[in-house]
Amino acid sequence: MTPMPDTALEITPDLVAEHGLTPEEYDRVLAILGREPSFTELGIFSVMWSEHCSYKSSRKWLATLPTEGPQVIQGPGENAGVVDIGDGLATIFKIESHNHPSYIEPYQGAATGVGGILRDVFTMGARPIANLNALRFGAPEHEKTRHLVAGVVAGIGDYGNCIGVPTVGGEVNFHPAYNGNILVNAMTVGVAATDRIFYSAAAGVGNPVVYVGSKTGRDGIHGATMASEEFTEDSEEKRPTVQVGDPFTEKLLLEACLELMATDAIVAIQDMGAAGLTSSSVEMSSKGGVGIELDLDLAPQRETGMTPYEIMLSESQERMLMVLKPGREDEARAIFEKWELDFAVIGRLTDDGHLRVRMHGQTAADIPVDPLVSEAPVYDRPHAVPRPPATLDATEVPEAMPVREALLALMACPDLASRRWIWEQYDYLVRGETVIRPGGDAALVRVADTAKALAVTTDCAPRYCAADPVMGGRQAVAEAYRNISATGATPLAVTNNLNFGNPERTEIMGQFVGCVTGIGEACRALDFPVVSGNVSLYNETNGKGILPTPVIGGVGLIEDWTRAARIALPEDHALVLIGATEGWLGASLYLRELSGREDGAPPSVDLDAERRAGALVRQLIADGTAAACHDVSDGGSLVAAAEMALAGRIGLALTQPAETGPAHAFWFGEDQGRYLVATQDPDAVREAASASGIAANELGKAGGDALTVDGFDPISLLELRQAHETWLREFMTTP
Amino acid sequence: MKSAIIVFPGTNRDRDMAVALTRASSQPPVMVWHGDTELPEVDLIVVPGGFAYGDYLRAGAMAAHSPIMREVVKAAGSGTAVLGVCNGFQVLTEAGLLPGALMPNAGLKFVCRDVGVRVENSQTLFTNHYETGVTLRFPVAHHDGNYFADEDVLDRLEAEDRIAFRYAPLDNADDGHANGRTNPNGSVRDIAGIFNETKTVLGLMPHPENAIEVALGGEDGRGLFKGMAEALG
Repeated sequence: MTPMPDTALEITPDLVAEHGLTPEEYDRVLAILGREPSFTELGIFSVMWSEHCSYKSSRKWLATLPTEGPQVIQGPGENAGVVDIGDGLATIFKIESHNHPSYIEPYQGAATGVGGILRDVFTMGARPIANLNALRFGAPEHEKTRHLVAGVVAGIGDYGNCIGVPTVGGEVNFHPAYNGNILVNAMTVGVAATDRIFYSAAAGVGNPVVYVGSKTGRDGIHGATMASEEFTEDSEEKRPTVQVGDPFTEKLLLEACLELMATDAIVAIQDMGAAGLTSSSVEMSSKGGVGIELDLDLAPQRETGMTPYEIMLSESQERMLMVLKPGREDEARAIFEKWELDFAVIGRLTDDGHLRVRMHGQTAADIPVDPLVSEAPVYDRPHAVPRPPATLDATEVPEAMPVREALLALMACPDLASRRWIWEQYDYLVRGETVIRPGGDAALVRVADTAKALAVTTDCAPRYCAADPVMGGRQAVAEAYRNISATGATPLAVTNNLNFGNPERTEIMGQFVGCVTGIGEACRALDFPVVSGNVSLYNETNGKGILPTPVIGGVGLIEDWTRAARIALPEDHALVLIGATEGWLGASLYLRELSGREDGAPPSVDLDAERRAGALVRQLIADGTAAACHDVSDGGSLVAAAEMALAGRIGLALTQPAETGPAHAFWFGEDQGRYLVATQDPDAVREAASASGIAANELGKAGGDALTVDGFDPISLLELRQAHETWLREFMTTP
Repeated sequence: MKSAIIVFPGTNRDRDMAVALTRASSQPPVMVWHGDTELPEVDLIVVPGGFAYGDYLRAGAMAAHSPIMREVVKAAGSGTAVLGVCNGFQVLTEAGLLPGALMPNAGLKFVCRDVGVRVENSQTLFTNHYETGVTLRFPVAHHDGNYFADEDVLDRLEAEDRIAFRYAPLDNADDGHANGRTNPNGSVRDIAGIFNETKTVLGLMPHPENAIEVALGGEDGRGLFKGMAEALG
């Protein structure tokens, strides 16, 4: 037989290095195999041991996160986390990054990020009901920013819009630290019956291994390795490693999988995401403690002359691997053929614990699965958690401009300006269950045929994380908790997307360790466990790291969606500020946007107070005392009040309570643990707050068509709205 | 009212439409797969929104040539009411049941938002629950909703009262545009929906099926479904 060209390739130290393996890691490969690897085997070790797939720098710290709770059905380790929402239903959700591909090719990079996270969720048996995202771009004035925003937004929109899953929420920041390395994190939330959840552990020696979905092409080879390296100036030459998405095929795959899942033919199922057929087959066999044999001649291929190396490492989209019960192949095939998708039995489970890959009558790879997974490198990288900077006293921050002008400037600044230009490109209504649309706190999406709804949000303040990683990590969790509580929903669990720079640098690893520590503290204190997540390291270009950006995707449950609160201010209601205000301006948007400074410690997060304040607002919403509610975060209480007034199309007259410090610190300070509630019974709010040991201050009353802060000229709602709505639209449409 | 919803690979507002039809007529619609070659006996056929066949080639183009569409055209020819919404409107124009074409939006971007939709002719089986001239609040969610037809076709549509809906200013627009944004896609003469000659086929871009609950943004779409249910029994 003709020797296969790729298996005959000589394995040189250079080739090993090109595959991202250190000499020590390569020695471990030799020890596991007891011989030199073939080229295909080298490729398999390379992707399985990449940072992206092996979590080798992060694993030690991820193990410190709380992942359990009575509501948790499945924590981290599966395709997505599974949480009980009662009455035989579960929500299944996860967030995942697609940062490097989106910088190189924004449209396809972002689109396939959405496609990948959707598959992670419907692989487990859930119908996706909502998509969210968390985006970070460089400075608006950077030459690439506009192009990247346009491409990413169109990519996210086109994928979700076509497959028919509403994109209901997200967040966007602009900062020069992302000039060379944007962040695109996509989250999907689905719903399944608790007795129809599908896992990836293969079982049953001899059972058929089935490939479904699109054909395999040469796209995305080494995507997982690319995601595990720093960027350099020539990274854009890696455009061919970016996958190409086809949401139409994914829609067919979704419907076909759910149709097959209604039967009992499936033993295990896993999507082919990063590292494609390699990681899916290894994970399925590893979890099930079985071997797996693949005959690549049988794998559907889009191109001719593909090698085993290419097929095993391709990241072609819209593919799934399944293990079926014996004899159920025809039934499954009929479903996939009805949906006009490829269906091929490409292998079977074996009892020897090896991953064996054959093609053209030759063995291209033969690797014992257990050591491939269990002996993957784990590093305890040196780290130094940065010491938080000194606290800035409000008196050290001179007023940059009068309160009226400051509010208008902040409402129009890139991090607070209306995101309408973005979310109007997302179909946030399809499926007809969207109760709270984009633009509020958490979005609220009903669970079909029940009174339940899920509150969903993504949150992170990277500027806080940069100043004090522990506090920033806490704050990201606390803000997700608040956004959910502000709708009246009970926070259930989170997924996290940890985006950092190069972990081989001690200060970056210190940021990582600090943020994970803070996240763990907050999740523990708030009963808000981590059930899934993704780590994205090496977010650097030419040695410059991004701001530490640990995004928290939070999910909460409200049993009766008709009782949910929105941010829209109703007429004649009093506005009460829940939570204490000291006027914290350190690391605030006021400081950065209006004073041109990024110094100071971020606001401290009192987790006990967060918990009590959250329970208080949920109670006020549930008993009808609070008619509207909004979390107070970026920009402080006046920005939150202005957003409520705009949403309610009603004016607001506000007065600063006595003895609360300088006006700019009171109105724009970013003290944590705070909410604004609109009520017709402020005394009841004060009493309930006092019983919970939480401060409550009445700030004013809704009415008229202007926002007035006592002592300053009124701002008409029209002027306020124009300030808020104009910046992003003009930025994106001005050449 | 007995109804059927045509489901193509890539259709995604079939469920939304089924909910709206079921609420209006208390009879759930029959879901008909694109490969089927027979239609059930119904009073109304609906081609819903989505991306039939991925909208490859041109929105609605491939769906218009599917086996089931031959049956839909035949049924329309013998007087069965046909409603096409969004992608369904595109399919109906591609299938020749309605004149004109839906081109990419003038802004070249997908647009999802509430728009004002003025009822131009309330004397039809679809619109009898409304009054002519009233402005409804419907969401749009499309990339290719820019209606175009030749001037003489447009003149004829107007002369024959075949403009069903036009985009119109919306009270309470909340986007900060000084003059509001009336027409979301650049469609000629602000056309949002049209009838065929006998006014038994309606195609429109906005989504009445996503405007059936106050708590979800409004219920102006219920009139369309109620009107059809009353007219078609």
